[in-house]
Amino acid sequence: MTRYILRRLLSAIPVLFGISVIVFAIMALIPGDPALAILGSFATPENVARLNADLGLDKPLIQQYFIWLGNMLQGDFGRSFNLNRPVLDEVLDRFNATLVLAGTSFVLCAFLGIVAGVVSAANQYGWADKGITFVVLLGISIPSFFLGMMMILTFAVNLRWLPASGMWPIYGERDLWALLRHLTLPALALSVVATGVIARLARSAMLEVLRQDFIRTARAKGVHERGVIWRHALRAAMVSIIPILGIQAGFVLSGAVYIEVVFQWPGIGRMLVDAILRRDILLVQGGVIFVAACYVLFNIVVDVAQSLLDPRIKT
Amino acid sequence: MRSLALLARNRLALGGLIVMGLVVFLALLTPALPLKPPNITDTSNRFLPPFSQGAILGTDHLGRDLLSRLMWGTRLSLAVGFAAALIAATIGAAIGIVAGYYGGRTDNVIMRGVDMLMAFPYILLALAIVAALGPGLINALVAVAAVNIPFFARNIRGITVGIAHKEFVDAARLSGMSDARIILTEILPNVIPVIVIAMSTTVGWMILETAGLSFLGLGSQPPVADLGSMLGEARAALITNPHTSIVPGLMILVIVMAINLLGDGIRDALDPRLKSGALNRPLPATLVAPSRQPAAQHADAILTLDNLQTQFHVKDRVYRAVGGVSLSVKPGECLGIIGESGSGKSVTALSVMGLVASPPGIITGGSVHYQGEDLVGAPYRRLRTLRGREVAYIFQDPQATLHPLYRVGDQLIEAITAHRPLSRDEGRRKAIDLLDAVRIPNASARVNDYPHEMSGGMRQRVGIAMALANDPEVIIADEPTTALDVTVQAQILSLLDDLRRERGLAIVFITHDFGVVGQLCDRVAVMYAGRIVEQGPTRAILDAPRHPYTARLMACVPELGGGKRRLDAIPGLPPAVDDLPPGCAFAPRCDRATETCRTGEIPLDKVGDRALRCLHPVTMTEAVS
Repeated sequence: MTRYILRRLLSAIPVLFGISVIVFAIMALIPGDPALAILGSFATPENVARLNADLGLDKPLIQQYFIWLGNMLQGDFGRSFNLNRPVLDEVLDRFNATLVLAGTSFVLCAFLGIVAGVVSAANQYGWADKGITFVVLLGISIPSFFLGMMMILTFAVNLRWLPASGMWPIYGERDLWALLRHLTLPALALSVVATGVIARLARSAMLEVLRQDFIRTARAKGVHERGVIWRHALRAAMVSIIPILGIQAGFVLSGAVYIEVVFQWPGIGRMLVDAILRRDILLVQGGVIFVAACYVLFNIVVDVAQSLLDPRIKT
Repeated sequence: MRSLALLARNRLALGGLIVMGLVVFLALLTPALPLKPPNITDTSNRFLPPFSQGAILGTDHLGRDLLSRLMWGTRLSLAVGFAAALIAATIGAAIGIVAGYYGGRTDNVIMRGVDMLMAFPYILLALAIVAALGPGLINALVAVAAVNIPFFARNIRGITVGIAHKEFVDAARLSGMSDARIILTEILPNVIPVIVIAMSTTVGWMILETAGLSFLGLGSQPPVADLGSMLGEARAALITNPHTSIVPGLMILVIVMAINLLGDGIRDALDPRLKSGALNRPLPATLVAPSRQPAAQHADAILTLDNLQTQFHVKDRVYRAVGGVSLSVKPGECLGIIGESGSGKSVTALSVMGLVASPPGIITGGSVHYQGEDLVGAPYRRLRTLRGREVAYIFQDPQATLHPLYRVGDQLIEAITAHRPLSRDEGRRKAIDLLDAVRIPNASARVNDYPHEMSGGMRQRVGIAMALANDPEVIIADEPTTALDVTVQAQILSLLDDLRRERGLAIVFITHDFGVVGQLCDRVAVMYAGRIVEQGPTRAILDAPRHPYTARLMACVPELGGGKRRLDAIPGLPPAVDDLPPGCAFAPRCDRATETCRTGEIPLDKVGDRALRCLHPVTMTEAVS
């Protein structure tokens, strides 16, 4: 198992390398002179040239890329000229908040999605199935930012059950209870779409499995129907559900952008949107590459989970 | 055409189509409608509520007419979404076709690049692209199209690889056509339907994503607004004037939902498994028709089937898999059921404990008595307590019938714990005992194996051990040796025979092999097209088969050292059980059949301990020759 994990980690290196090339290439597409963008249109040509030299922008692209990559590997993601702060510090701070939000949402959507899918499949064409199918369709069709706004309107403004925005109260204790109260609405809003997608897939995976011969064997043994569904069928269906969980984790992680904006959550998505609007390119670059790298690593975790579940996978 | 008809029958999809058609129609018509100009501000009439004079949906924070802005915004959102889908599909398909058609290195390099792009969380990549190009509707469109290219490229590549090696493409290549022409005239027409389907399922996403970028302020810039930026601008007034948010939000919801409904409908219409009902979940127990006529019970036998009828109802066709079968088996006795595949022998066996997949299976008549209790129509809870404990099954092909993800030991233990509680240690001991009983060497290590780690013969023994776990009274073995080679088969048969003698088991043994029947069974019933055609003591039937079908079936078995006897295949095929001929079902394949065989019901006549359903039985002298 350790060897398998090591092998998967090694295979991630070319992917991470490719990601860095893509991000660098996209940023190299930026029209105009970055130094000019930083200094403003009143800058003298000498100042622009000096800043370009400082930033290494006068060198060929390939050389620029390797300098940039080397710096990143040493933990130097550059400096955000807007915040006047090292990019990595800002990214790490913001990523913590995103991780709390996206992590909670991911757990929610995985749990709710699988349960909904299993219940739906077990009652195929029954009322529970029809109800779940309709709610799921609604869930995957509603824009998460609109849903978030409607949740604020209903639960925060009208019913006053939960706070409308932010991660912490402005005044008062920053304890777990306060966090949970602030987390509830955004985490729910973020999980809805992924829950729908997972529920759909879980349903069809279950229906596929319930036709298999080993399900008939379990029934012939006299295993209770609950056991047949939740132990035998779900276990086998998980083999095709887990890869989808990996893909959905990516959607949750990046979909957090909208929710963070709607709920004023101090995460990395909101940071990216602000940075884009302010043309703070280094911050965008650092944030994107950091999140993408985390996602690649998370997918390794998914693969390992898969190999733990399925003994037929050679590790 | 048939798919279109199916789509029309799917009411939800039709609803989606109608709503979508209406929205597109209105969007196209917008410039011609008598609407106020969407971008003219009128600050004295800010935030008019809906149903105000002159503004049906009210006005926004700058006093602009919401209805007009909604229509123009919808027009813009649809245009951008469809454009993004078209661009992504065109470029993605081009990449996919090139990669799939040329294969080799080209394919490798392209697909590695596609994989890299797919390693990004979806929206993040779009953000990076917008960051580089700068905010703006066209840039948002480019970003959304770009992040969807890998999806199309990968799908289309898969399809192309399949087509690129078909004969007609080879023929085109041999006739000297250029690669470009082959792609355009041979590959593309076959790929386009797939592209259209992929588009129909993704255009909803693209509309959502562009709306999302506009919502964040990265898409359309003021004063022009698509639905996303309308929502984004309205957010500041969410609490004081929610209608300005709800109007564009609901519109996005309606559009995306209509597209999703339509996409689902198209997908379902094209999925052959949905048409055939192959994705129906089987119920815990086979359905029983309310019109079933139960039969009276018999004495002395432990398991009795009386006039059992099981059918499969698929769409409007009825397959009579079991058409009135009566059988019985006594303790310590082994009854063989023999027949070709499709003769209904397995369905007969599965009907006993309600294990026929249902839907589409349904028991329409007759009874199954176990120790005097009618199992057909017994409540599921009762059936469950009998399954495995009183009547156990051994199935064919243990590769598929054992759960692939559980250790065999745990599967054995579960067979017991399904009926009575058992401690962990006790269970393990019991599992090892069971594996010992079926003569699996090194049982204490083998309990920890997964099924895929065992050989076919070993797995079959596990299947038998599982059937024995609760010391049942009856074992129904459905072709348990068919998948095995001959030596293993002989071992398994002698194992079953020993168990029968030691434990006084009643065995129902299903097979298509007369050799196996001769080794193990006391009595045998021959089935054809869902009915018993001949029944009697094994010896008697082997010595003197009376039904022509039995005789032909036995002639199919090669006999070791039997000299130059000709192996006779039976001409023709068994009849389809949804269209049985009147009279004898075997008549079309029988060389003794006369006109009377093809009319009217032929009864199963009992003479002594034998029964026969035939008007022109084979006589002794014929059988010997």
